[in-house]
Amino acid sequence: MRTGRLLFALFLATLLIPYGSVATQAAAMEIEGSSSMEVRLFPNARTYRGQQRSVISPSLTLEPEFVYELDTGNDRFTLIPFARLDTHDDRRSHLDLREANWLHLAETWDLRVGLGKVFWGVTESRHLVDIINQTDAVENTDGEDKLGQPMITYNLETDWGSFSGFVLPGFRERTFADDDARLRGPRPVQQDDATYDSSAEAKHIDFALRWAQTIGDVDMGLSHFHGTSREPRAVPATRADGTAVFVPHYDQIDQTGIDAQLTQGAWLWKLESIVRTGHGERFAAAVAGLEYTFYQVSGGISDVGVIAEYQYDGRDAGAPATLSNNDVFFGVRWTANDTNDTSALAGALIDRITQETAISIEAERRLNDNWKAEIEGRWTENVPTNGSFAGITHDDHMIIRLSRFF
Amino acid sequence: MIRPNPLSLRPNKMFRSLLITSALAVAVSSLPAVAETSEEKGLAIAREIDKRDIGFGDSQSTLTMTLTNKHGEKSVRKLRLSTLEILDDGVGDKSLTVFDHPRDVKGTAFLSFTKILEPDDQWLFLPALKRVKRISSANKSGPFVGSEFAYEDLVSFEVGKYTFKWIRDEACGELSCFVVERFPLYENSGYTRQVTWVDQTEYRVQKVEFYDRKESLLKTLDQSNYTQYLNKYWRPLKMHMVNHQTGKETTLEFSPYEFQVGLNAGSFTPNRLKKIR
Repeated sequence: MRTGRLLFALFLATLLIPYGSVATQAAAMEIEGSSSMEVRLFPNARTYRGQQRSVISPSLTLEPEFVYELDTGNDRFTLIPFARLDTHDDRRSHLDLREANWLHLAETWDLRVGLGKVFWGVTESRHLVDIINQTDAVENTDGEDKLGQPMITYNLETDWGSFSGFVLPGFRERTFADDDARLRGPRPVQQDDATYDSSAEAKHIDFALRWAQTIGDVDMGLSHFHGTSREPRAVPATRADGTAVFVPHYDQIDQTGIDAQLTQGAWLWKLESIVRTGHGERFAAAVAGLEYTFYQVSGGISDVGVIAEYQYDGRDAGAPATLSNNDVFFGVRWTANDTNDTSALAGALIDRITQETAISIEAERRLNDNWKAEIEGRWTENVPTNGSFAGITHDDHMIIRLSRFF
Repeated sequence: MIRPNPLSLRPNKMFRSLLITSALAVAVSSLPAVAETSEEKGLAIAREIDKRDIGFGDSQSTLTMTLTNKHGEKSVRKLRLSTLEILDDGVGDKSLTVFDHPRDVKGTAFLSFTKILEPDDQWLFLPALKRVKRISSANKSGPFVGSEFAYEDLVSFEVGKYTFKWIRDEACGELSCFVVERFPLYENSGYTRQVTWVDQTEYRVQKVEFYDRKESLLKTLDQSNYTQYLNKYWRPLKMHMVNHQTGKETTLEFSPYEFQVGLNAGSFTPNRLKKIR
């Protein structure tokens, strides 16, 4: 726990830094960042023996950002370490380098070398096409947090769209909750014993290509990925002491994806679709839907958007399990348009056959120049005994987070 | 042209009015000499405003936006603004706005391609997710980042977006102004009309009154601290908007502009938004 104490001291130190005092313009070096205090509340009793009993589970994060820009602004070095210290989940207490890269910007092309983050896609309920970064799954169940991915990226802007090439040396394994932690699922996961298709294991060099273009009201992208799947298969195994566990297995896959959005008035029509080989039989999956926004509802200044998406996934048992095989998502987004940027998003993902449902509510508001408050609630309903959420039905939770920017 | 002789006599009242008349005659000499309608005169003034801004190329500035609510409480945003002039007929300029303050939205970037009557193309970059979202631009009358400026108040001025009507000439501060009404032609405007005060010497918009869909006075915009760049292009370094119906105010204070810094269309693409800082 010595590193824990050090981290805690660092965290406390960041709370004392007055805003703006660290940024030094002269050397073109900027040091900024954020820290947060988070509390996860688990109101229900644990599911499995040995799991933590605590209702209140606090944690701290620290994410400083060091950016150094050469005079011209055409060369930029970015370093963003991330650390979380969690009271009850030893694996959620972790360190990562979210970014550590050099970016060179030329007029029509750019090159990035180092650890970085890339997002592809348009839909809200599932990020099907997005594949470059591994999910930092201990952070949150929404899959939005990502681990820094080693990459060499070349990007060319032309009149026929943006062409990007990715060389990805080095694979990041997905993070999983600890054996005794909430949200760990039906079996402990042997995170450090992962197996691979490739004899190069985590050293396999992956490749990706992407083309993106805007044509009138349509923004679209085509992408292909060749390499180690970011999604592991859960292979059942037994420990020496007889404990049933899952071992993550990372297969070699090829995935071609398309994403498109048509923007017309207050309507956004969205589609993401992939074809993947290497996970059982070749299969296709898609997310398609719409978002419509009512602006300045009832004469006020706030906006209300409604989202509806359908998820299809044709994978067989040879692929990692998914909950998105035949599901619908309904969501409502509220934007207050006030000076504090208050907003909220509520959504439900419902399986069309079993009615198994995951519900999530997120709200955020800026408190002042330095502080922001967020609240999240995530729970499940109608979970059958063999359902996707069977291992976490008792792990409904609420998150309260206070972030401070420095 | 008659010039007062500084050595002989001070220009008397009659002489001054003669001077103004002749100055006006020069100013409107490009307009048809035959009796023109108020609409024709309004359009001619709008064209002159547009013409005087042609050729600026590109510009950059930083601005401080101060929002004041009716209790006098203030909150501040800092933004960087880049604009690229597009000379093609039928489309407007491209602009890029990057937020520096408050810290929780730092790095958020907003890219807009202005059109004439069609909806603008707009994208938003969310730095935490590294995600670029194409967003709907139907929300023309909505508040820009919680301010009293609507999106439609901040896009580049394009003649084709309105019909015009000259109302009268009157003094505006120390200047003489044309008072011109403009009526939005694009969809989803929050206004039935805007009344503009345009000075007769440099064709700078000094003041705008915005009338809502119920024809009530909604807001007044005052533009001041006009500064000239490249011996040609005028920019107001201060814009002050008052909402008469809510009592809220927003002030924009611009740092001195830089013109023709070498921005190109490659800096204004949705893909490049991901590398904005």
